[in-house]
Amino acid sequence: MSHDRSIPRRPGDISRREIMQGAIAIGALGYVGADAATSVAIAAEQQSPVGTPITRYIGTAISRIDGDAKVTGGAKYAAEYKVPGLVHTFVVGSTIAKGRIVRIDASEALLVEGVIAVLTHENRPRMADNDKAYKDDAAPEGAPFRPLYDGKIKFNGQPIALVLAEESEVARFAASLVRVEYEDEAHVTDLYRQRDAAFALPEPAKPRGDAAKAFGASDVRHEGEYYVPIEHHNPMEPYASTVTWDGGGKLTIYDKTQGVQNVHRYVCGVFDMKPDDVRILSPYVGGAFGSGLRPQYQVVLAVLAARALERSVRVVLTRQQMYSLGYRPAMIQKIRLGAKTDGTLDAITHDAVTATSQYEDFYRRETTWSGLLYHSANATYAHKLARLDLATSCDMRGPSAATGVYALESAMDELAVALKLDPLELRLRCYSDRAQTEGDVPFSSKNLRECYRQGAEAFGWDKRNPEPRSMRDGSDLVGWGMATGVWEALQMPITVRVVLTANGHAEVASATSDIGTGTYTIMAQVAADMLGLPLGSISVKLGDSTLPQSPLEGGSWIAASVSNGIVTTCKAIREELLRLAKKVPNSPLAKATVDEVALADGRLMSRQDASRAILIADVMRHGAVDRIEMEKSTSFANDGKHAHNTHSALFAEVKVDEQLGVVRVTRVVSAIAAGRILNAKTAHSQIMGGMVWGMGMALHEETLIDHNFGRIMNANIAEYHVPVNADVHDIKVIFVDEQDEIVNPLGVKGLGEIGIVGVPAAIANAIYHATGKRVRDLPITLDKLL
Amino acid sequence: MINFQYTRASDVSDAVRQIAADPTAKFIAGGTNLLDLMKEDVEHPTRLIDITRLPLTKVEETATGGLRIGALVPNSDLAWHAAITQRYPVLASAILAGASAQLRNMASTGGNLLQRTRCFYFYDTATPCNKRELGSGCSAIKGINRINAILGTSDACIATHPSDMCVALAVLEARIHVAGPGGERIVPFADFHRLPGETPEQDTNLDANEIVTAVELPAEGFARNYTYLKIRDRLSYAFALVSVAVGLEMDGTTIRQARFALGGVAHKPWRDPSAEAALNGQVASPENFRRAADLALRDAKGFEHNAFKIELARRTIVRALTQASRGTPQSQSNKKIA
Ligand SMILES: Cc1cc2nc3c(=O)[nH]c(=O)nc-3n(C[C@H](O)[C@H](O)[C@H](O)COP(=O)(O)OP(=O)(O)OC[C@H]3O[C@@H](n4cnc5c(N)ncnc54)[C@H](O)[C@@H]3O)c2cc1C
Ligand code: SF4
Repeated sequence: MSHDRSIPRRPGDISRREIMQGAIAIGALGYVGADAATSVAIAAEQQSPVGTPITRYIGTAISRIDGDAKVTGGAKYAAEYKVPGLVHTFVVGSTIAKGRIVRIDASEALLVEGVIAVLTHENRPRMADNDKAYKDDAAPEGAPFRPLYDGKIKFNGQPIALVLAEESEVARFAASLVRVEYEDEAHVTDLYRQRDAAFALPEPAKPRGDAAKAFGASDVRHEGEYYVPIEHHNPMEPYASTVTWDGGGKLTIYDKTQGVQNVHRYVCGVFDMKPDDVRILSPYVGGAFGSGLRPQYQVVLAVLAARALERSVRVVLTRQQMYSLGYRPAMIQKIRLGAKTDGTLDAITHDAVTATSQYEDFYRRETTWSGLLYHSANATYAHKLARLDLATSCDMRGPSAATGVYALESAMDELAVALKLDPLELRLRCYSDRAQTEGDVPFSSKNLRECYRQGAEAFGWDKRNPEPRSMRDGSDLVGWGMATGVWEALQMPITVRVVLTANGHAEVASATSDIGTGTYTIMAQVAADMLGLPLGSISVKLGDSTLPQSPLEGGSWIAASVSNGIVTTCKAIREELLRLAKKVPNSPLAKATVDEVALADGRLMSRQDASRAILIADVMRHGAVDRIEMEKSTSFANDGKHAHNTHSALFAEVKVDEQLGVVRVTRVVSAIAAGRILNAKTAHSQIMGGMVWGMGMALHEETLIDHNFGRIMNANIAEYHVPVNADVHDIKVIFVDEQDEIVNPLGVKGLGEIGIVGVPAAIANAIYHATGKRVRDLPITLDKLL
Repeated sequence: MINFQYTRASDVSDAVRQIAADPTAKFIAGGTNLLDLMKEDVEHPTRLIDITRLPLTKVEETATGGLRIGALVPNSDLAWHAAITQRYPVLASAILAGASAQLRNMASTGGNLLQRTRCFYFYDTATPCNKRELGSGCSAIKGINRINAILGTSDACIATHPSDMCVALAVLEARIHVAGPGGERIVPFADFHRLPGETPEQDTNLDANEIVTAVELPAEGFARNYTYLKIRDRLSYAFALVSVAVGLEMDGTTIRQARFALGGVAHKPWRDPSAEAALNGQVASPENFRRAADLALRDAKGFEHNAFKIELARRTIVRALTQASRGTPQSQSNKKIA
């Protein structure tokens, strides 16, 4: 595996001090450590233009500041908190897909020694009786699922009872003794069966031109239908909530979530509790990938039980039970592309049918990526939703783009074949400098061209023989495929608090989450640079609903939102310091404005002349303050004049055994343009993880449902396949330089989703190039290649 | 998962005495299969008899030039045992193709023989399954049967035996030593596992009160011309869709004696004497391999999702025979197919 980035490498610059401080240099992984070795003094001498941050830590490959705690077990997850007198539980799930509970007989379970109670819809404490109370920040239209609310069964595996016991083994045993009688109703879980009954959603984006007519008149046409199955998130950490009964009805809840304040509002709503009586904590999250955007049912069950018993309670889902949560919806996508013989597009049509539950309308805009990515005078989109007797689908890494772009980029590859044009050349001919879906505006920045160039060069694309089945390695057919990736550079209003103390320490806090992406680390990096303090002098607080407001961690928006939020609050700190500094006798900064000064190396200094500086400690001593606390909100003006997006170019090599269809993905290169990279190491990890997931999407992942039973049959990670080490070979990540002064002050665009987008298509296209077989339904298992 | 008692067996006869005394008891060795099934409520022994301290952990020479492998030898130890890697490399290879390093460390030789099917429905008590509950029906026949059998199936069950190790043992014609209340007996490998027929709840011909004490390998190990080729849905850590173990005795380019067995296709490791016989005395050629493969699969029957296994098995047999005859066995670390 190798790693590249656009910042000039100066391996010789890595100083021991930087390594000690956590700026790493791992030769074997190809990381070059810290350009951070650039000392603060040098950075100041470079006389950064007014407002540009002096960066010592931003951009460097700093290891996670929470890494030690994670690998030594110091970091505690929701199911790990030791609470005195804890009640253990086990969830009983329904075994039918649709119908009604006629009778639940818990008598046998209750006889087991150590069982306290069995909670069902019949004996649970009161909970809200209106949909509004159950709406969370990420809830789609509809009537949210209410756990243990009534006897209706809406999906297989739905929680229908919670066994409460003094020990978890006892709860689990007793759960097997709960007898349930159902009244069955006919169900449907097959998207293909419901396809014709799907209903149209409001137009995803304004169509342009007349795509149908243009398609009919095109020189070269391609039309294809692509299928993506249901996929489940499978984060390493199971869903869990530990509710501590604090007395007087107050609850502290350790929950696995991507948004503590979302869970907070939700719990207050469902249980009609006062905000001050509930606190949600989630300092560490072992992955969630979108499954933790909405509060999950285990938190409701845990609170119900705590209120029923007036005791602390823990609910942990098993791996199998996690298949009764949300999932990436199955989808059928139809793409039509019409082009001129010169390879420019005349028409794009993208139709999608995606799956949701019977009670909520979850969907994302799969189809509009097609209108955004390439230039075409004519484009239309249509999206239909099919109701199935399943839990509501939800966001999963790169929601809508991982899937929509898979279909588009597969279709583009097929069009390239029809045009007898190199697939990369086709992308360049259709390159769009403007976002046609957003009123034909330019991008705040778009360096996709450079992604194509650097990615192709690193991969050796120019040596590709265009003929399918033309490249070989012994008994293996070799295939090279490529695709484009795209995501939005989103940002959300956020509030950040910074407390600077006279001893040179600062605490930065916001109620965001670190779902494993490295949020703790980038927050510390940005704060250290903004306050001119060593990284080790920054502590970060997040994952606590009592902290200043933060949106959910999702959509790749947290890095941009929180880092710019820190910039805002640190500016207020700087302002306050400057106000105090001006009062110092003979202040060298007497005439300076806030934009003319910076904090660096423990000093407040003039950006023009670093010698005009005062130690922060002196400023505070003179001002007789031992701490400065600022809490500021940052919102991002709606920039109607530009589109904000990240892009990537993917190149994949596969080797396919000609007789046996066994596929090995031997190389993947991803060249990414995503604005400023805050941390070269965590960024690399994000992209690499997304690429591996993209391989899984292409080759392995599929939730198998028995439609007779309406039941997921491979609900475990032995039979739900994701890539293992043996499947992952050479992965190269290139961060292409992309400066963006429009998107936000730091020029940060976010990286969570873009890593996966495009990868499945690049691999599918490589398999076509290797074998001459076009497989249009994922995953591409070997039977489809025989 | 049910509450259970836990006891330890002090020696083999104690183990047999304990199991005979309690019809709801089960032996536990590595526990990698049994505990999963208990958590899913598929198995509910009220007593676990821990046999891991029994002195069945040796690999010893036999008087006839073979090896006797104690039932508690861990899969990983066996795979790396010098006598196995040198004299019975097909067995080492098959073991290493299975599960993961962690599981192989825990899994025992006896437990591997007796591991149960991975049929999705067998694991899910919410669905009917004749193997789990005789008479309830077979959900796989009209359900998701991608991983199910194509050979030797019955209307009652189309499950496969999931072991890799056992496919190699079939080729080696191992003998299973068992002890029961009536004393000891030796079961030829071909008679150890059974086809589902009308009684799919029985995987093997082992009596409920018997314990496996050892696996005996005859002298012939096919160390020169062998392979274990496993085809699966990802490159490691997945059960076989189809696997083939081969042992050949070659005379130049002529096959003196051929043995091959299939995994992932039947309720037991599948050997076909007529297909093997068709290779004996023949030259190692693609045509002859294909003929043998066709013979082995002549009675194969596919279901909705697994019909591809028939052609896949055919091709895998041809490739495996090619690998073995050329003396280029499949590597279990390099995933490129040789
Ligand atoms: C995720 C996963 C993936 C796997 N992948 C593979 C794979 O790819 N290929 C493969 O071959 N296997 C695979 N396995 C299965 C693994 O090989 C078996 O679980 C293992 O071999 C069982 O051995 P054990 O000692 O743990 O048996 P246990 O779980 O202890 O016992 C299994 C059964 O055998 C009985 N038993 C054990 N020893 C004796 C004895 N001496 N006499 C009588 N009865 C006995 C027990 O009562 C029980 O019924 C996988 C398992 C898992 C969990
Ligand atoms: S194939 Fe056998 S194990 Fe599977 S459902 Fe049918 S009876 Fe049960």
